Formats: sequence, structure tokens, C-alpha cells
Amino acid sequence: MNTTNSDVTRPLGPVVIDIENITKDYVMGEETVRALRGVSLQIHSNEYVAIMGPSGSGKSTLMNMFGCLDTPTSGRYEFNGKNVAAMDDDELAAIRNREIGFVFQTFNLLPRSTSLRNVELPLIYAGMHPEAREERATQALVDVGLGDRIHHKPNELSGGQRQRVAIARALVNNPSIILADEPTGNLDSKTGEEIMALLEDLYHRGNTIILVTHERDIAVHARRTVHLRDGIIESDERGFVPQFESVAVS
Amino acid sequence: MKRFLYELGESWKIAVAQMRSNMTRSTLTALGVIIGIVAVTLMGTAIGGIQVGFDKSMAIFGDDVLYVGQWPWKNVDDWWNYRDRKKIKTEYADGVNRMIAMTPNSNLAIAIPTSSVYRSVKYMDSEVGNVLIRGTVSDYIITSTFDFKEGRFFNELESRGGANVCVIGYDVADALFPSTSPIAKSVLINGQPFKVVGVISRQGSFLGLFSLDSIVVMPLPAFQKYFTAKSEAEILVKVKDKTKLADAKDELAGVMRRVRGLPPEKKDDFSINEQQALKSTLDPIKNSIAIAGLFITGLSLFVGAIGIMNITFVSVKERTKEIGTRKALGARRRTILLQFLIESTALCLLGGIIGLTFAFLMCFLVGVAFPSFPIHFSSELVLVSMLVSVLTGLISGFAPAWSASRLDPVTALRYE
Repeated sequence: MNTTNSDVTRPLGPVVIDIENITKDYVMGEETVRALRGVSLQIHSNEYVAIMGPSGSGKSTLMNMFGCLDTPTSGRYEFNGKNVAAMDDDELAAIRNREIGFVFQTFNLLPRSTSLRNVELPLIYAGMHPEAREERATQALVDVGLGDRIHHKPNELSGGQRQRVAIARALVNNPSIILADEPTGNLDSKTGEEIMALLEDLYHRGNTIILVTHERDIAVHARRTVHLRDGIIESDERGFVPQFESVAVS
Repeated sequence: MKRFLYELGESWKIAVAQMRSNMTRSTLTALGVIIGIVAVTLMGTAIGGIQVGFDKSMAIFGDDVLYVGQWPWKNVDDWWNYRDRKKIKTEYADGVNRMIAMTPNSNLAIAIPTSSVYRSVKYMDSEVGNVLIRGTVSDYIITSTFDFKEGRFFNELESRGGANVCVIGYDVADALFPSTSPIAKSVLINGQPFKVVGVISRQGSFLGLFSLDSIVVMPLPAFQKYFTAKSEAEILVKVKDKTKLADAKDELAGVMRRVRGLPPEKKDDFSINEQQALKSTLDPIKNSIAIAGLFITGLSLFVGAIGIMNITFVSVKERTKEIGTRKALGARRRTILLQFLIESTALCLLGGIIGLTFAFLMCFLVGVAFPSFPIHFSSELVLVSMLVSVLTGLISGFAPAWSASRLDPVTALRYE
């Protein structure tokens, strides 16, 4: 299954994420930190995008926006055509549950639960029947190559295996996008490459991936790279489709 | 709805896993609830015991008998209004019975005259003091609830003729005849011999205040022959249907007024007493004991609840990142709230079950060691203490669970 084939770029699908001139301010004491100062971006389905930038560039804030964990101070954000900025907490939770698969740097698995239970969690919140969700979760674990680790707890797994469980958990609800925040940050380079190969594989299987990283080696796996600096987009390059028109706004 | 059930199931599993992985902490926290529940439950059994004893004592008076006397069975502030009332006479019973016979569909069945004094009773060298000596008729047995240990009640012939016979209470028999049967022996009261024809089986005491077994009952003519001085008469009236007690009481009041020859403008110069009236004077006392007791023991449960609240706050703080992850995966506020509420409730319920088991064992042991101790373990008590445990969990877990559900997912995910 690790058939890494970086030359293939899949044709773009409909727009999933559509943001226009969004800003985000944080009030810290008497100071207001302007984390995003007007960002516009469109991400289509079937894309594999890397968001890059040094710390403090606003990439974490942007990723929180993408993940519907946070809402912008101003600007327009539509996810699959729905206005996210106007949603309340529970509506955002529903979007996160159905449309977004999170992969975290620190894996964020529940320590006392087995791989299966961890992967089942989004399905529980989606209200799926126990038998159906066990089947789905098992399949997701098989898909990431952990068919033999279903009943292991995180402390019985290696770092790479833990991240695979997290990826299976992100996949299990068939989300519109997979949002990976420094997915290799806590792994050695060899294991990191394995995880990147897995993401590549997922891309080929029809998933839309947004990768947030500060490592160029990691970002090169993506087909499009967006650079952020000081809360604005510095560059937006399409690695394998140079003819793509950039929508960078400064 | 389905999703709610799945979330509920998930929360239970997490709660159990959480308690297992923090065994020491959970046990110590539950200990507060255990102690609280033991205290409240034991108080409950004591109150239940008092109630049972109270009802048992009350039953002696019979719930279908009205008592006509000079004094009401309650504390009166204007005692002087009662002191100068005309004495109740035993002859009234005949008058009342005549009226009953003349009234069709009367609610009253029969009136029994009684007259009582306190005297000492002797047999050979033994003597019991302060025994209630009661003169009455053979029909007295109809209004009473007692059984006979030996012998019988005096018959109509003895009753009318005023024979020197008597029936003695359990305590009197026990004191005067420790090793022999009292039947056909003669006891001395006021220097007069009375032949014992029956022994009443044990009645117990009324709320532990006075023994109902320290009694001698004899035919009224015999009583009147020897004990007229300072005797106090009371007419016992049995009603036909105890569900119509109020009607019967009204009827009896009318009958008594006619017997006493009271003009219409005068107030009743007698009191008609009943078990219920006694109950209503004693109930407030019993209730305030119960409330005070439950309040004091409730304080210990309150301390336990604070412990639960504290540990739930700690748990929320420790698992901030987990809460963030769950929110990222689609947990709603309600889901998180429910999860922590169930954790605190499970802890309280566990404490409640253990506490209840302890309380039950203690009650059992006390019951074996001191059979007369008023203690009563009921199924309602089990239900109530389980309910109280759950409520304690819900109330004490609410503030921490609420704060967890309101956590901002971004902040929570970043928390280390």
C-alpha cells in the first residue's frame, strides 16, 4: 500500500474551503494581537496543501479556522458553501465531527482506551450504531496498516503506530478534509517518512489533505504550498500544476 | 435520541475506566460519600424505628374507639376551664347504650364504662406499686386489643355481680408470680383479696413512657365497692365503621349532651378523645426530631459532596487536553457536560451503595445485639438513599462539568 507516487496530481474537485479577507485578533491584557490580517484562500477537494510559515506567522490560527475550532473576527468563511462564521458551538462541533479529520502533532489519543475505542470516538459522537461503528473503525485501522493492533492501548504502541491510529480516527467519518498539524513533529525522520507515505496514499485514495508544518522536507510532499508571514499570505505555489492562478492577497 | 444513548454509554465506560485508573483517589473521595450515606441512612432507620414504635403504641388505643373523659388528650393552656368540669360518671355508659339502641343506623356500637385508680398490688411477701387498677364490664374485651397469656377475661356474670376476680397485666404477673401460675391465686389490693382469672400477654410500653403491662382489670361493681375515692371515669365507645369516625364523634357528642342534660347554649363540658387526636399532638414532636436529625447527618453528606466537587474540578483540569481532543472530534457541550456529570454521579452512587451496605450490616448487628432498640431498615430507605447519592453526584458535579463543557477547544488543545 505504500505506493508513493508523487508525480500524480489528481484533478481538482469543488471548493471545500472558501475564505475571504479574514482577520483574527486576540486580546491579551491591554494589547491586541492581530494573528491574521486579511487572508483569502480557496481549497478544493482533491487538493494536498501545505501551510508553511515560521512561528508567529498565524499558521496555527489559520489551521484553527480551517478546523472550525475558532471563528474569524471579521471576513467570510464558507465550508462546503455553509457560512461558518455565523455558527454556534454545537453547529461547529457537528461540522468538525462530520467534515474534518484532525491529526495532531502529539497524537492526542485517549490513553486508557484501545485503538478501536479511540477510532470509534467520532462515530459515537455522530450517533452511529455500535455494531456498525466497530466495523467501520476496524476497517479504518486495517486501512492504515494496524489490523493487528486493534485492541492495543496507546502505551503499547510505537510513536508511528500511535500516529497511524490518529490518522485512522481522522479518516473514519469520511471527512471532507484531513487537517494534519505537524503530523511528524514528534516522530523520528524514518517514521516521519512512513507517515508522509501514508498521507500520500490517502491522497491517492481520494482524500483532501491540509498539512501545517514548518519543515520544508515535509511540505514538499504537498501539491500546493501556502507561505504565511505576519498574518498574511506571502506566497501560494502549486507544485505540480504551475498554471494554477494564485489567489494570494496581501 | 439514539446518539444521546450512545453518548451515555460512552460516558459510563469512561467513568468506570477513570475510577479504576485512579483507584486511591476515587476510594478516598467516595469515602466522604460513604460516611455521609451511612450517617443519613442510620438516622433514617432510627426515625423509621421511632415511627414503627409509635404506630405500635398507638394501635393499643384502637383506631375504632372513642374515649369520653374530662380532659382532652393534648396540652391545654386554659386548664382551669377543664378542671371545674362536672366529673364523668360510669353510669353515662348505660345512658349512651340506651340512646344507641333507640337510634336507627347509629354509627356507635357500644359504650363501656371504665374507672381507674393507681394502687399497689400484693401477693404473699411480694408487692408491686403504682399499678393501674381499672374497673369495667365484661364487654371491655370488645374495645381492647390484648390477648391472654393464660386464663380468660371475667365473664358477664362476674361482671354484674361484682365478684372479687381480676385479670392482671404481664408485668404484675411477672413480679408477683415469678415461678408459678397466677391463675386461681388471690392478690391483695387495698387489703382486699381478688382471685386472678387471667393474665394479659405482653403489651409493651407507650413510647417507652409508661408500661401498659402494669395493670389490673376487675368488674366495675367490685371496683366501686373499694376504690371510689380519687377514681377517674372514662367511657369507651366503639364505633361501627372506623371510616366514619368523624360522624360517630358528632353523634356521640350529641348523645353525651343529652345524657349530661346540657342546654343548647352551653359548650361541651366533656372531651371526646381518639387515637388520631393523640397522634396529631405527638406528630410535630416526632417530625422535628426527624428533621433535626436528618439535617445534622446531612451535613456529613454535604462534606462528602464538596469532596466530589473538588475531585471533579481536578479531573477536569487534568484532562483539559482530552476535552479539547474530544471537542475537535465533534463532542458537543452537552456531551462533555454529561461525561463529567456521570463521572461524579458514578462515584457518588458507588459511595452510596457501599455506605448503604455498611449501614445495613450495622443495623443488622444492632438488631441482633439489642432487639428492643428502635431501628427499622426499609426498602424505601434504600431507594431514597440511592436517590440522594445520585442527586449529590449531579449537584456536586455540575459546576466542574459546566466549566469543562464551556472550555474553548483551541485553548484546551494547547493546554499542557
